[in-house]
Amino acid sequence: MSDNQPDDGSKRDFIFLATGAVAAAGGASLAWPLVAQMGKAADTLAAGSIEIDLSKIAEGQQLKMLWRGKPVFVRHRTAAEIEVAEAVELTELKDPEADVDRLIAGPSGAVNQKYLVMVGVCTHFGCVPVGEAGDFEGWYCPCHGSHYDTSGRIRKGPAPKNMVIPPYEYISDNVIKVG
Amino acid sequence: MSGHPSTYEPKYAAAKWMDQRLPIIRMGADFMTFPSPRNLNYWYTFGGILALCLVVQILSGVILAMHYVADVDKAFASVQRIRRDVPFGWLLQSMHAVGASMFFLAVYMHMFRGLYYGSYKAPREVIWILGCAIYLAMMATAFLGYTLPWGQMSFWGATVITGFFGAVPVVGESLQQWLLGGYSVDNATLNRFFALHYLLPFVIAALVGLHVWALHHVGQNNPIGISAKTKEDTLSFHPFYTVKDAFAIAVFFVIFAIFLFYLPDALGHADNYIEADPMKTPPHIVPEWYFLPFYAILRAVPSKLFGILLMLGAIVVLFVLPWLDTHKVRSMRFRPIAKWFFIIFIVMCFILGWCGAGTPSDVAIPIGKGMTFYVLSQIATVYYFAYFLIILPVLGLVEKPLKRPDSITKAVLGEQKSDADLASA
Amino acid sequence: MAFMKLKTLIIGSVVAAASVAGLAFAAGGGGTGDYHMEHKDWSFNGAFGKYDRAAAQRGYQVYREVCSSCHQLKFLAFRHLGDKGAPFYLEDFPNPNDNPYVKNFAADWNVEDIDSDNGDTIERPGIPADYFPPIFPNDAAARASNGGALPPELSVIAKARTNGPDYIYNLMLAYSAHKPDDVELTPGLYYNPVMDGGKIAMAAPLSDGLVEYEAIEVEDHGKIKTIPAPEATVEQMSSDLVQFLAWSADPKMEQRKSTGLMTIIYLLILSLLLFLSYKRVWRNVKH
Repeated sequence: MSDNQPDDGSKRDFIFLATGAVAAAGGASLAWPLVAQMGKAADTLAAGSIEIDLSKIAEGQQLKMLWRGKPVFVRHRTAAEIEVAEAVELTELKDPEADVDRLIAGPSGAVNQKYLVMVGVCTHFGCVPVGEAGDFEGWYCPCHGSHYDTSGRIRKGPAPKNMVIPPYEYISDNVIKVG
Repeated sequence: MSGHPSTYEPKYAAAKWMDQRLPIIRMGADFMTFPSPRNLNYWYTFGGILALCLVVQILSGVILAMHYVADVDKAFASVQRIRRDVPFGWLLQSMHAVGASMFFLAVYMHMFRGLYYGSYKAPREVIWILGCAIYLAMMATAFLGYTLPWGQMSFWGATVITGFFGAVPVVGESLQQWLLGGYSVDNATLNRFFALHYLLPFVIAALVGLHVWALHHVGQNNPIGISAKTKEDTLSFHPFYTVKDAFAIAVFFVIFAIFLFYLPDALGHADNYIEADPMKTPPHIVPEWYFLPFYAILRAVPSKLFGILLMLGAIVVLFVLPWLDTHKVRSMRFRPIAKWFFIIFIVMCFILGWCGAGTPSDVAIPIGKGMTFYVLSQIATVYYFAYFLIILPVLGLVEKPLKRPDSITKAVLGEQKSDADLASA
Repeated sequence: MAFMKLKTLIIGSVVAAASVAGLAFAAGGGGTGDYHMEHKDWSFNGAFGKYDRAAAQRGYQVYREVCSSCHQLKFLAFRHLGDKGAPFYLEDFPNPNDNPYVKNFAADWNVEDIDSDNGDTIERPGIPADYFPPIFPNDAAARASNGGALPPELSVIAKARTNGPDYIYNLMLAYSAHKPDDVELTPGLYYNPVMDGGKIAMAAPLSDGLVEYEAIEVEDHGKIKTIPAPEATVEQMSSDLVQFLAWSADPKMEQRKSTGLMTIIYLLILSLLLFLSYKRVWRNVKH
């Protein structure tokens, strides 16, 4: 039955190829919005930065703020804590990083050693560590027993990395903007 | 799921292995080679268009559900957030809202097609009834979905429609409050409407599966209403009708896109951009355009209960149509009288829609003292029911059909016997 | 033959679609008395229409200086003003949170917040991520301050009224219309033929010279263009306000229309190719 089948030569016909290609391209470009819609919405992006007034934090105190759904620790470190953090040999560290590399310069240009700003999330499985605790007087994660020092570096326990330093900057002597 | 002998031969070992265990590839292959009448015209492409409409609604709907918040205090704002902040949210929200209208546009075309060509007659009664069930489920889904944006029309539409249940004698009020989960449309109502709105499309999908299964069991009807008898009368579904359907779908989507991108609010109502306010009813409550004919029937009688019964009757009558139209000729192409009554029927459906949009007391046609929408809707309602309950049954007894061709092939080729004759001529 | 059928299909579909649209439009209203609604040819009308950015910027000024004493922009955040397609969008600031206009406008408003030290409710200057704050603490307070009438929020008002842009424009102008004798006003109500029944609880908000317009710099394809300040007539302020509120109700309009153009061109090409494929597949089959 010749009329019930298109003839064989037409299978590689240019028209069919072009139609198939155009239809496929259309399908692919329609797929993009369907995928992209699950990305961060504009309001989520807009809430991505916070400002923190450092002057309100007394020496030896820690401020906890929510940033992008996670706690940010801002600790006004004591002289002793800074000294301990600086004294550690990098070779003793699991994730070698000098204390000064975990801080940023203030408006004056000098690194502000007093304020340690980090994301308060254990790098093991995401629990929030407890402050002024653990074998190194820094932070201790109660979930699986990771110990961090006064610079937020991992010293003991299962966590692989130091606690993360978020992107932040000094917008005046006493105010930082995180994010 | 098809009623024709399978011609599928697994080519590869893996395909053969699968075929012996779950013949799903065979099912797909048989679907694609299904013998379809060779004379199907463009009116027969709406089935394919509707399948795609359902996919568009489910896809966009599942996505919107990821961002929507079903809470009376947050629903309206969450829709605004989708339109303003969610990546491509404006596109997906519009697609879903306009898509509902397009779905109904296509389903009405599909139904009118079935009415004209007698697609509801034996042996296709079950296909038709399943289709009516799909239509009913679509109406329920559309109504539930329209409540979700929690605008003024959402709220008052839900109030009015759920009020229908209050008209049921004795248990009406309890039934209505049970449906609402409270004394009025509120948070409980919104949440259950959301849950059901998410559920029903999958019920529709299942009904569509049955609808197509039944169709493949008895074979498609066609414009001349004469069953395919020989192999010459039919063509393989693929590529003949896949390409024809695909073309029709693309054209349909041009219309869809014009509404979606240039007239996204043309089919909606401005009042639904006002957040629901239980203290204030909008001056004109009108349903979405696809419910307007039924709304006109509802308002055509002064009694609440009778109006509701009449409106339900307008849908119920569709279910029993196969037994009302007793004429043995399917297609109205060969029914010179029924054809004209059918055309008047379509006009009346449009008039009902027009009446549904108008204010009953306003003058619709300036004849005499002026015919109000109220009177006009009564005339159209009477015709609507008369068409099904009087005209079709009576015509079934008295109408003499025109001479019909012997077969589809004869109808297509006229005097020639086959395509070969055509080619040699 | 096939072309004929095709034509019938297309005409049929268009007629059906048009009647559907017609039904939906049929509900649109007019105005009372002998007032005739002026239908303006807005820059954002039509398939290629865009917002007039300078006008929308002045419109924000009118909103801020006049309307904002009673009306909130409930669903608008300050950052929205600097989004792509928004009145204050700047190419150098793709992130609206850094946009200097946006920062200034936000800081110009006081936003309620909680003092994290002591839990007190405080007011602080707004930031781009904040939404426009409510004008009144709650609806009851809003009614009490406005003679029992609730001032509607304006961020979607241009869509919440039939022919919204014309409605807003005419509402502003129609206060000067002559009041027919059969409209009786109780104290606190004013005559405005655009409203149903001709009564409105808002006194005429605009008068000539009410705001002081300044020249505006607008970025046009990377070039800075200076738009001189127009005279602040009621007509001018009203149409500027309409530009702002129309954008606010439909901020993705320009993106929607340009995506639409591409989509429709694509679908037409696809339709043509599918039609040719159809002819090819069916070429040996009479039907």
